Amino acid sequence: MHELSIAMSILELAEEEAERRGGVRVNAIHLKLGALSGVDKEALLSAYELATEQTAFAACQLVVEQIPIVVYCSKCEAERLIASIQLFECTECGTPSHNVVRGRELQVSALELGE
Amino acid sequence: MTSGPRIVEVRQNVLKHNDQVARELREQFHAAGVFVVSLVSSPGAGKTALLERTLTSLGQKYRPAALVGDLATQNDAARLARSRAPVKQINTGTLCHLEAAMVRSALEEWNLANLDFLFIENVGNLVCPSSYDLGEDLRAVLLSVTEGEDKPLKYPTIFNTADAAVITKVDLAEAVEFNREEAYKNIQAVRPGMRTIEVSSKSGAGFEEWIEFLVQQHYSPIL
Repeated sequence: MHELSIAMSILELAEEEAERRGGVRVNAIHLKLGALSGVDKEALLSAYELATEQTAFAACQLVVEQIPIVVYCSKCEAERLIASIQLFECTECGTPSHNVVRGRELQVSALELGE
Repeated sequence: MTSGPRIVEVRQNVLKHNDQVARELREQFHAAGVFVVSLVSSPGAGKTALLERTLTSLGQKYRPAALVGDLATQNDAARLARSRAPVKQINTGTLCHLEAAMVRSALEEWNLANLDFLFIENVGNLVCPSSYDLGEDLRAVLLSVTEGEDKPLKYPTIFNTADAAVITKVDLAEAVEFNREEAYKNIQAVRPGMRTIEVSSKSGAGFEEWIEFLVQQHYSPIL
């Protein structure tokens, strides 16, 4: 269970950004979360709630955008979704691929700032 | 100034500090000519036993060393010290994984130029270590025959982010009716093309292949 330390890192990052912009209030944090990031969305949301309790971020929402795994399929010569995280095969032609193009994201993409 | 909420793009990786330290470590390792292998597995899959035999075997021709992550005890380091390779324990306290900064501070007193191989044994955990780059060249995931063939399907992320799989305790394969074909199928499903090596740290079976693989990865990697 490392979601708590991930939540703390997200908050640190948001704090830094808010300070850099003159100490503005952050209303929401937008996070891109890849299916291969090793972080579980539900666990992260609970950890985030715990981490923000009684802080300046208590009212700040964490908005999670889940990113599916996309690989480059050498047979289709195109980016393709895979069958599932348990089967790294092109959904179009069934060719196995380990060339992961998307799905590892663990990134704060944007902040919604208040006054 | 407009009033009301506004959205600003940030695009910052949450683990950017870890990634930065890992990048610096990787540069240091390459400059020193040391090949770094991290070992991940569930608790009890045989990381320490594999490491003990690996350090002893490699030690005949090369200069290996190890960092061992553990929640609280010094037991693993004491066991590995018998190989006579330099070994250092990293106690993570309650943390379920190693981070790059822990590796960096553990290495502070070591001269990397005196090493050919460095092994980093992560905390026994198949979930958390997958998110943290430690600057390693190769991540090996261990799967013991006693754990069941479906481990890769239960923990696809760690298997997918690994570069090689080591099936351990093969001396017990028959007794536990280990289904080799099923295990390989599952490994390949979550990580197509992954090199898989079978070993017994007890009998030494498979070690020739494992050691040869490590030496080849270090000195003449096929990309």
